[in-house]
Amino acid sequence: MAMETESQKAFHVDVGNLLAFNPFHSFPSLPASRDELVKECLHEGTKLVQAVADSLFNLPSSEDVDGPLVKLPPPTTKLPREKHLPKPKPPTKWEEFAKKKGIQKRKKDKVVWDEQTGTWKRRFGYDRVNDDKDIPIIEAKMTDEPGVDPFAKRQDEKKKRVEKQEKNRLQNLKQAAKIGALPSHVQLAATALPITGTQAPPKKVTKDELGNVAGMAATSTASGGKFDRKLPGEKPAKKQGKHRKFLPVVEGSGIGSREKEQTESVLNKLISKHSHEILNVGKAVTMYNVKKEKKARNKRNQEGKFSSATNKLKPKKLLQKKTGKKGPVSSKKGKAK
Amino acid sequence: MHLYTLQTLRFCSSAIMMRIKTPKNGRVRRELEKRAPKLVETGKKTLILQGTKTSGTLNGVLSEIYHLKKGGAVRFTRKNDNIRPFESGGETSLEFFSLKTDCSLFVYGSHSKKRPNNLVIGRMYDHHVYDLVEVGVENFKSIESFNYDKKMAPRVGSKPFIAFVGEGFENVDELKHLKEVLLDLLRGEVVENINLAGVDRAYVCTAISSNKVYLTHCALRLKKSGTVVPRMELVEVGPSMDLVVRRHRLPNEGLRKEAMRTAKDQPKKKIKNVSSDAIEGTIGKIYIPDQKVGDVALPNKAKGVKRERREAKKKEANERASKKQKEESE
Repeated sequence: MAMETESQKAFHVDVGNLLAFNPFHSFPSLPASRDELVKECLHEGTKLVQAVADSLFNLPSSEDVDGPLVKLPPPTTKLPREKHLPKPKPPTKWEEFAKKKGIQKRKKDKVVWDEQTGTWKRRFGYDRVNDDKDIPIIEAKMTDEPGVDPFAKRQDEKKKRVEKQEKNRLQNLKQAAKIGALPSHVQLAATALPITGTQAPPKKVTKDELGNVAGMAATSTASGGKFDRKLPGEKPAKKQGKHRKFLPVVEGSGIGSREKEQTESVLNKLISKHSHEILNVGKAVTMYNVKKEKKARNKRNQEGKFSSATNKLKPKKLLQKKTGKKGPVSSKKGKAK
Repeated sequence: MHLYTLQTLRFCSSAIMMRIKTPKNGRVRRELEKRAPKLVETGKKTLILQGTKTSGTLNGVLSEIYHLKKGGAVRFTRKNDNIRPFESGGETSLEFFSLKTDCSLFVYGSHSKKRPNNLVIGRMYDHHVYDLVEVGVENFKSIESFNYDKKMAPRVGSKPFIAFVGEGFENVDELKHLKEVLLDLLRGEVVENINLAGVDRAYVCTAISSNKVYLTHCALRLKKSGTVVPRMELVEVGPSMDLVVRRHRLPNEGLRKEAMRTAKDQPKKKIKNVSSDAIEGTIGKIYIPDQKVGDVALPNKAKGVKRERREAKKKEANERASKKQKEESE
């Protein structure tokens, strides 16, 4: 805060923000013209800027190539932050364990002396010290089972160790994410929803399947998917348009009138199902004849074979079939008989 | 072994499978680190966009604001009809844009019969709307309409002087809020060192009445004076406009407290039983619990050393020896 010694008014000066505020000025009456207003505003502004410059140029400066460099004091007006305060990373499980046990971190060298070859080799990476593929012979121990490949076993163990390490790393990151202190370059993404019933992972849908399903969905629109907005690269649907044909509204009534035919056929079907009077005479006659012939045949067989049980079954079977197909006809048949 | 596999299966079925995603590019990693929250914040980026309808003056205002903030501003030119800052559901688009462009200040312009030449200036905290001020622009004069010596024109990105004039900024709530928002908007980068030869611009905001503010951008001319401090002269160069405050929305208290927190403000963890004295320095207190004298094991009465025990053992050994002799003899 700097005080203007000339007048009793004090400006609020914040050098860190190069800001000056005069809270005592007021316009008792607005000046008539715009120009006068502008002039007065500029005049007041100049006074304030001068006040800031007074404190600014009196700060200790160091000489630079472009000009005098001045170190600004921290700003006094508080403004809200744009992002939350960063939370410190919580210690990982290993770090907690190490602290408890008092294990210190040791600085590791990039190159290590390799006894086998007699050279300095990397600790990790290409051509490293204790690589699995450099071991020529593994001596068998008493505890080894016969038939187990020791080299493969070593590789499996290494894989397991790496998996365990990844799991631990994921757990540590999850713990950090819970607090909200995830490192800025790491993101945790969910790969799959929790598996409930079977352990099978969700199947991937193929391109053809998707196309079929999309086509089916498109037919549910009023225009049959013809005018649907397509994504870039999407091919047109295979079965485009409506799958229903509607008859024209206005058509002459005559022999070829399709609507009349359509309604007629529908009505016939309906009435025939529930009617007890309609009888297809031709069909009834043929059925009767066929039955008669079969009966005659069976009688001849009966005289020859004496298989009464089968005969009893056979005609009954025929009857059952016939009742299945046409109810009223068979009942008629029964009556006729 | 069998039990182990069963347990792992159970673990897998209850947890959501998660995958760690890290950037494979150095460029992407550097960008992410730039956007991460920092302890001490430097400048805020501004997002300038418009609504369904804009007028000629409003277009001019938006482009000039973009010009003034060239280094740290993003300008969207398409119309956005689903942004209504003062309605509860109309902020989602704004928050999405703020997240994608990493901008925490926005200037939204729209024009309608009820609110002509409307400008909504807002701030974000953690990419959610923090506070808003709605102003109407009147008597706008663009940069082209001013004639001045082009050599004095302020350079892009220079730190401006900001001057607020008027008791309205202290007494009227809305103007106080507007003052804070304008300071945030016009401030630019927060720097520690500044080159005195490079100061060449100033913004002057005058409170004309209880709801009107006259904002103008001037170039600075440093004139020789007797002392180290040069004499300042203001020449109007840039846009000038009248801002009429229409509506505003203050942040709620909890959010405001959280946003105003700085690293130093964090409550220091009180170390217990430590006090400092001017003479003695740091003093610590140690509390020792009461010694239970009766329960302590006596040092000389160890099990193997007790006399009775020793003698009993000797006796046993003698008895056994005598028994053996008898058996042998028999």
